[in-house]
Amino acid sequence: MALTGIQIFKLLPKTNCGKCGVPTCLAFAMNLAAGKAELSACPFITEEAKAQLAEASAPPIRPVVIGTGTATFKVGGETVLFRHEKKFENPTGIAVLVTDAMSDDEVMNRIDKFNKYTYERVGLKLRANAIAVKSISDDPSKFGALVEKIFKATDGALILVSERPEILAAGLKVCANRKPLIYAATKVNVEAVTRLAKENSCPVAVKGSNFDEVAELTGILNKAGINDIVIDSGSRTVKQAFQDQIIIRGLALQKKFKPLGYPTIAFPCEMTDNPMKEGLIASMFIAKYAGIIVLSDLKGEVLFPLAVERLNIFTDPQRPLATTPGIYEIGNPDGNSPVLITTNFSLTYFIVSGEIESSKVPSYLLIMDTEGLSVLTAWAAGKFVADLMATFVKKSGIEDKIKHRKLIIPGYSASESGGLEEELKGWEIMVGPREGSHIPAYLRNLK
Amino acid sequence: MAIEIPRTSYSGKIREIKLGKGDKAITVGGEDSYPFYLFEGTMPHKPRIAMEVCDSPPQEWPEAAIEPFADVVNDPVAWAKKCVQTYGAEMIALQLVGTDPNGMDRGPDETADIVKKVADAIDVPLIVWGTANHEKDSQVLTKVCEVCQDKRLIIGPLEEKDYKKIAAAAIAYKHTVVASSPIDINLAKQLNILLGNLGVADDMLLVDPTVSGIGYGMEYCYSVMERMRMAGLTQQDEKLQVPIICNLGKEVWKSKEVHLPDNENNMGNARNRGILLEAMSAMAMLLAGGDIIIMRHPEAIKLIKEMITDLTAK
Ligand code: SF4
Repeated sequence: MALTGIQIFKLLPKTNCGKCGVPTCLAFAMNLAAGKAELSACPFITEEAKAQLAEASAPPIRPVVIGTGTATFKVGGETVLFRHEKKFENPTGIAVLVTDAMSDDEVMNRIDKFNKYTYERVGLKLRANAIAVKSISDDPSKFGALVEKIFKATDGALILVSERPEILAAGLKVCANRKPLIYAATKVNVEAVTRLAKENSCPVAVKGSNFDEVAELTGILNKAGINDIVIDSGSRTVKQAFQDQIIIRGLALQKKFKPLGYPTIAFPCEMTDNPMKEGLIASMFIAKYAGIIVLSDLKGEVLFPLAVERLNIFTDPQRPLATTPGIYEIGNPDGNSPVLITTNFSLTYFIVSGEIESSKVPSYLLIMDTEGLSVLTAWAAGKFVADLMATFVKKSGIEDKIKHRKLIIPGYSASESGGLEEELKGWEIMVGPREGSHIPAYLRNLK
Repeated sequence: MAIEIPRTSYSGKIREIKLGKGDKAITVGGEDSYPFYLFEGTMPHKPRIAMEVCDSPPQEWPEAAIEPFADVVNDPVAWAKKCVQTYGAEMIALQLVGTDPNGMDRGPDETADIVKKVADAIDVPLIVWGTANHEKDSQVLTKVCEVCQDKRLIIGPLEEKDYKKIAAAAIAYKHTVVASSPIDINLAKQLNILLGNLGVADDMLLVDPTVSGIGYGMEYCYSVMERMRMAGLTQQDEKLQVPIICNLGKEVWKSKEVHLPDNENNMGNARNRGILLEAMSAMAMLLAGGDIIIMRHPEAIKLIKEMITDLTAK
């Protein structure tokens, strides 16, 4: 994986010509190692050195792109075991199963839901990513017809599910230009499926019954020049499938074991008959390392929590999402409207502004810069305390907008109210509720 | 090709803590690997789910959460018994919402009396959880400790601002305490040290990192818990080798999304949505290191217990 500056230095021309922007090759090598420079900045590097560097700096888990256009999604590319170490890169792809044993209505119902079920959250649009089309009838023409129907009804990414090359070929004939994931190459069919993946330049999944078999299969694909691979270790019990995910991630990251350095695919739909439990199994795989999960159906009550959990787990832990500080006007407030203050942690803002909005009481919301910390943590860190709050309120310009001098502070900041009354002369400090959900009642009951 | 499975080098172990007394006493902790990483360690005691009971009729609970308890919500004793007898609860968590100074503001004597009645009526371990108002919790929880002496309760939350009095009472009357800090590993460790200095025995301490559900900052407590486990298990940080308790149910069931009606915003069936938000949030807490999860809905609990059974299957 990542080379040290010295290792990189050995591959550079060592002429210290300075064209890369720093005076010496060594300095450039150090910058490269720290991720602060691009290799292309040195015009004199040899092709051979380039290849060696590329090989050495290739991510331990290969990123794989599935689909085309707006429905493209990327999986893999992960570099850590725990999200506090560094951001988890590519959110788990959520796929829904459609088979050629389903009625037309059932198929279209799923596609409808796939297209329609989207959720807005902190400015992002959450949705399922792919449709896994599975052959049950074992009839290539039937499968091809189903793929065609789905291909026309949605732009979504596709996964073609069969172990028979003729069936996969029938699906690829329809949708190869959408870069579907071919699932799966096995010990039995690997040669034919390798050919299909090569001819159609599509990513391909391998399914083995243990790690050795999976490693052998990825090796065969590699030799044929195929690198866009997704792996299925074959386990279908909760315990084994969970442990496989951990072990695969560990082998790729800690042991730099290339044959398993690929994103995984997991099948909650094959682990239980209870749709609620299936959702729960899927939620486990989102936290612990699946690249793609395949669900038996799309139900709003399952998809919504899963999509939000995925958003949470894949949030960058180094940079708490922060909202721009300032005065937020909610519902056309005037000079007599209440004024509330809170921190600029975006989740805090999202909850508080949402509750003010649903109270239908026009209000001013002062968002103070607490470096993206929530009320309690900002208070504990000394960033949301009386003197700083007072300075912020005075400088915010809110005094020009209102006729009164009343400030509502979060319930969890009650201990700051005394200090604030002293710092903010002429203001009355009111302690609001602790929970966002109590804000509407509180605002409606003011005077 | 022989693939060598990577193993984390663990150097520590989470403390084993016995809760409650008699036949139904349970032990938590004791794990010497990350949660459910059973290919490289052991989890001698499975994580436990405590069922939530309130000391006063619930306010603003959605229909789905009320429905299983509709016949007992006015009587904490009957409610606790129903949890044990009908739903097989292994622990009860009594939430003292009625003591909130901004709400019913029930006093220490009356509250301690209710706690005593609940404790007398059940034989499973009882967690008693205050309202997180420092002054009020100091009054109420110290009284509870005294009135329920020898009941071996689990008392929380003890926070930086109010731990002294409550801990002193808990030590005197032999109750386990819950050290609670706001989503910060250093503050958690510091409070554990302070409680130790005060005389709380190592085997009488649980830690609450302050948790939230999916969509409401779950990722923060998730990572704090993972870091606590990493420190305790791989960095010999003894002050963080403490079983983790998550007071989760109440966080999930106050969110906006569990209150939306059926099919609103494509979010499907309201009841199942609430159950899954609770169960999936609990799943995340378990994967991050939770040893005890306080939960509300019987069906969410049933699902999560199945997952615990599956993940620890022989
Ligand atoms: S441009 Fe290349 S050769 Fe010249 S100093 Fe930079 S690294 Fe060395």
